[in-house]
Amino acid sequence: MSRLANTFEHLAKTGRKALIPFVTAGDPTPEFTVPLMHAMVEAGVDIIELGVPFSDPMADGPVIQRASERALAHKMSLKRTLVIATEFRKTNQHTPIVLMGYLNPIEAMGYEAFANAVQCAEVDGILTVDLPPEEGQQCRELLQARGIDSIFLLAPNSSEARIQKMSALGSGYIYYVSLKGVTGAGHIDITDVENKLNLIRANTTLPIAIGFGVKDAVTAKLISALGDGVVVGSALINKIEANLTDAERAKNEICECLVAMRTAMDERS
Amino acid sequence: MTEKYTMPDNRGHFGPYGGMFVAETLIPALQELNDAYQHYLEDPDFIAELDADLQYYVGRPSPLYHAERWSKALGGAQIYLKREDLNHTGSHKINNTVGQALLAKRMGKTRIIAETGAGQHGVATATVAARLGLECVVYMGAVDVARQSLNVYRMKLLGATVVAVESGSKTLKDALNEALRDWVTNVDNTFYIIGTVAGPHPYPAMVRDFQAIIGRETKQQCYAATGRLPDALVACVGGGSNAIGLFYPFIDDASVKMIGVEAAGDGVLTGRHSAPLCAGRPGVLHGNRTYLMADDDGEIIETHSISAGLDYPGVGPEHAWLKDIGRAHYVNITDEEALTGFYALTRMEGIIPALESSHAMAYTMKLAPTMKQDETIIINLSGRGDKDMQTMAKREGIEL
Repeated sequence: MSRLANTFEHLAKTGRKALIPFVTAGDPTPEFTVPLMHAMVEAGVDIIELGVPFSDPMADGPVIQRASERALAHKMSLKRTLVIATEFRKTNQHTPIVLMGYLNPIEAMGYEAFANAVQCAEVDGILTVDLPPEEGQQCRELLQARGIDSIFLLAPNSSEARIQKMSALGSGYIYYVSLKGVTGAGHIDITDVENKLNLIRANTTLPIAIGFGVKDAVTAKLISALGDGVVVGSALINKIEANLTDAERAKNEICECLVAMRTAMDERS
Repeated sequence: MTEKYTMPDNRGHFGPYGGMFVAETLIPALQELNDAYQHYLEDPDFIAELDADLQYYVGRPSPLYHAERWSKALGGAQIYLKREDLNHTGSHKINNTVGQALLAKRMGKTRIIAETGAGQHGVATATVAARLGLECVVYMGAVDVARQSLNVYRMKLLGATVVAVESGSKTLKDALNEALRDWVTNVDNTFYIIGTVAGPHPYPAMVRDFQAIIGRETKQQCYAATGRLPDALVACVGGGSNAIGLFYPFIDDASVKMIGVEAAGDGVLTGRHSAPLCAGRPGVLHGNRTYLMADDDGEIIETHSISAGLDYPGVGPEHAWLKDIGRAHYVNITDEEALTGFYALTRMEGIIPALESSHAMAYTMKLAPTMKQDETIIINLSGRGDKDMQTMAKREGIEL
């Protein structure tokens, strides 16, 4: 069983939801990321989405755009992101890592070389924002052959047929984009999410993680009740941006934020 | 060519290029757009309305002008100019915006967004939005806002909101990123009018089809003027909409050479250029696979060109395909050479071309002398140079 499937199964048994932070690899510096990942695990996260910096992050809001720019200024790349994942894995064998990014760095590396490198780094899942399943068959098959999950997005305007397609082709979990917009947007509507989740649930047995627009412990709790996991990104990266000269403080503030989310999500309501 | 050219396939692929590489929220919007486009393409009422707009609003057909004095001076082929500069708003861009705006209206969209580089597409979009009474937001890189301020003013006069994009390299690619972000947020009521033959399917095919009026007219006009097909077609290529508009109706006419001219900026060898077909490699950006300017890690490289309209790291996927199959040829012209073309047409024919089109002029100055006097070159004069007066005056040290 894959690390992701294992994680969700364990959570389901204990009646808990996955807390999934997103951080951009190498933001604000390459040295910051591995210690941050370990600290986040200490703070109670279940899965880590590691953002691969890209020059043109079309689906991201300004906060994650700037995170990419800071990382790229330090020559961060897909290859170096995989080095970070490898480094983390040396002392953590249980927390799944999902790489989230855009297709062009993967195209530049070549699909097969990418699949091999990902396997080597013991990364568990790949979420490529601009690679829908229609264009992604080759990549998906190469990853699947190596036991790596392909995670697909669903959006508020995704049709039932689309949901069924993602359910059939994806593995690990489905990432539900909670709103029409970019990452970090501020207009999440809980009722809309709930209605859509019912439709998705009816069409898949995969776990569903919900992201985009999760700002604090209160939204994390509300959202987690609807799905199997909550993804939080921009709210964490804001802490990095607010403490660019003090890495330790940035790390601590991120962990405080995650602990608060964890606590709120685990409360029995 | 024995088989008729039928690209793209039904999912927007030109061989390995093109496609629909977008985030999930845009998939339903692109499907809705493709369905509407395929439907109205066959709808006689829609076609009649489009034809009437092109005739009475845009001012088509645009003339095919024999540049006799310039041809004689170059001492080779006869040079004809397809006068897209004479269209309403001053470039070929309006052919496409008129078409997409009619689609937007039929699809019930109330808000129009666009990206623009030189501002020509932004102006052409603001123009049709004003005419239809639709809200219009144009995204433009902050660098381009500064160097094309005249067009920024025109867009504002027409009632559009111009958003200066401060992210990335602050040019056309960043404007496209920001327009995509807007679309993903406002996808229900918003129609995104992409200005070039790039972006996700169906844009490359749809924009081509709206621009193909250029080539269809040219073919007829060339027969009328010379009694036969032209020997060579020359057009500048940024995203490549004016070039594909001219080339497309000639693709099955194997005797007609097609030459796309990319912007070499300071020179392809300096790395400061915008010539992905000549010096780039395949990759995926802005929803399609095509030739790109990217580094070994797949990060997009900043581009350079004197002309804001060519300052783009990608190119339409159909050009990538035409290059690979050898049907079209792609060359490049530096900033300095483009200026030679700019001055030549201005002084020899009394026509001031846009800096984008000047790249095609400059290449023709190399090509024409190598051809016979009874051969014909047709250049797409895609836009007029009025918007570039500030850039030119500044280069000449003149304050306007």
